[in-house]
Amino acid sequence: MSAHGPRREYDNKILRWIEYRMPIFSTAEGIIGRDMPTPRNLNYWWSFGALLSIALGIQIVTGIVLAMHYIPASSMAFDSVEHIMRNVNYGWLLRYVHANGASLFFFVCYIHILRGLYYGSYKAPRELLWMIGVAIYVIMMATAFMGYVLPWGQMSFWAATVITNLFSAIPVIGDNLVTWLWGGFAVESPTLQRFFSLHYLLPFVIAGLVGLHIWALHVHGPSNPVGISPKGPQDLVPYHPYYTSKYLSVMGIFFIALFAFVFFEPNYMGHPDNYIPANPLVTPAHIVPEWYFLPFYAILRSVPDKLGGVILFGASIAILFVVPWLDTSRVRSARFRPIFKQFFWVFVAVGVALGYVGSQPAEGVMLHIGRILTVYYFAHFLLILPLVGWFERPKPLPESLGTPVLKPAGGAAE
Amino acid sequence: MASTVPHPDTAEPTRRDFLYVAAGAATVVGAGLAVWPLVDQMNPSADVLALASTDVNLAPIEMGQSVTIVWRSKPVFIRHRTADQVREAAGVPMSDLPDPQADSLRVKDGKAEWLILVGICTHLGCIPLGQKQTDSRGDFGGWFCPCHGSHYDGSGRIRKGPAPRNLEVPPYAFTGDTTIRIG
Repeated sequence: MSAHGPRREYDNKILRWIEYRMPIFSTAEGIIGRDMPTPRNLNYWWSFGALLSIALGIQIVTGIVLAMHYIPASSMAFDSVEHIMRNVNYGWLLRYVHANGASLFFFVCYIHILRGLYYGSYKAPRELLWMIGVAIYVIMMATAFMGYVLPWGQMSFWAATVITNLFSAIPVIGDNLVTWLWGGFAVESPTLQRFFSLHYLLPFVIAGLVGLHIWALHVHGPSNPVGISPKGPQDLVPYHPYYTSKYLSVMGIFFIALFAFVFFEPNYMGHPDNYIPANPLVTPAHIVPEWYFLPFYAILRSVPDKLGGVILFGASIAILFVVPWLDTSRVRSARFRPIFKQFFWVFVAVGVALGYVGSQPAEGVMLHIGRILTVYYFAHFLLILPLVGWFERPKPLPESLGTPVLKPAGGAAE
Repeated sequence: MASTVPHPDTAEPTRRDFLYVAAGAATVVGAGLAVWPLVDQMNPSADVLALASTDVNLAPIEMGQSVTIVWRSKPVFIRHRTADQVREAAGVPMSDLPDPQADSLRVKDGKAEWLILVGICTHLGCIPLGQKQTDSRGDFGGWFCPCHGSHYDGSGRIRKGPAPRNLEVPPYAFTGDTTIRIG
């Protein structure tokens, strides 16, 4: 923070008056404006962070208005959602945007995470930035899960039952813990009401963590596709207008995708069983989570032991926290890591395959494929990341961010 | 911390150190007392606990028939077993059971034909199939959980699949020849 007084003289009197008392405009310009020096070579994969904040905004705005019509009681929840769909003005639009927005939020989040893994964005000095991001992802999963329970259809109810029962695997305190989570002896109205309370709260926790994420980002600036640090002002451009304009165009594509689902296939991501009201005495024959949880669901089911499955399920997400220390290579970007680059794409393929396995019934050959993929998933982090960093011979790094563009014949050309 | 810095005159703890520790300890206890209501409010409330027992008349249930009743919002499976089913369940060697328990310990003395179980899979809480005649009863003639493929036998014991324990037997007692109170 600078010394007292305004940090920028604005021509507009009102801006100047406010700025003198609280430098909010210059602070904003330092975050997403002309005072934010940004590497000149960021590609489109870097726009997904900005997209995520838009996605969070959409969820919060649509969620707040949906909460004005929704009733979180087991006897009325399902009907109140149908009331939103049929009677509330534009209720169908708001709900479909909220539901499909959640799916797209995860899609964008996965690309953002994979971008970080590919370009080594988690490496020093950005480990804490990465870990805050993983924490956001974990809370996102909790929020999405609790939101999915709220319509109180069959899938909602049984998702709540299965996921809360994961905690019953914990030795000694497990059963009491689950009763405490439920507020009863099964998933019931108290469970629904607390899920609604937390589903409303957690997005604001996420927003707070996003603030920390952006703060950490601004200490050393964004990473970039080449992976070396900017050497001086010649490697940097102001965030505005260069990246604001770029990200706004990506945002246009994001909205086209979102509304293509909302207007043409609003239930594509959903499951028809969730239009059957929750019945605590009948489990649907084939229960599956939303697509964005499928890889982890496959890992959970691949272990024949209950506690073991739950531990691997948790570990498969928690392992992301320690990626900065598992990757022993000091070269950030996969562009200069020929071996790592291949393993990265194998990992992506394994993740997608795990998702497919998670969507299928857990029997026969699928169970075995799921087990092999689960082993590979963990091997990627625990064996491949440390060993490849050790044995791989990286390509020579360019001298500056501009070199690969200005001298395409150099060793860095892809 | 002040307590780790030796007093200039003596290494003995001073009265100020005592005050720090006492105040800190009182703060921790106070914080615990303040947090407990916030934690405990999530436990089952009095009205939920009040519905803890259910009476069932078994007389209308035919031999070989299964019915499901609700106790504490949970399904309870009642199966009126045939003599063959009882004999088969009793004859399973303990070595075949992941969670060994004799069939005689899962029913009341002299009432082996009545099998009373909490109808919730011990894996992740789904309701196993097997109550209806048309349901799949799994590989062991009991129940089959479609969620993650657990098979239970004619005594409700886990035989195959990811479930760690047998189907739970709820606390119940015969209040008459054909009436029970669960809970």
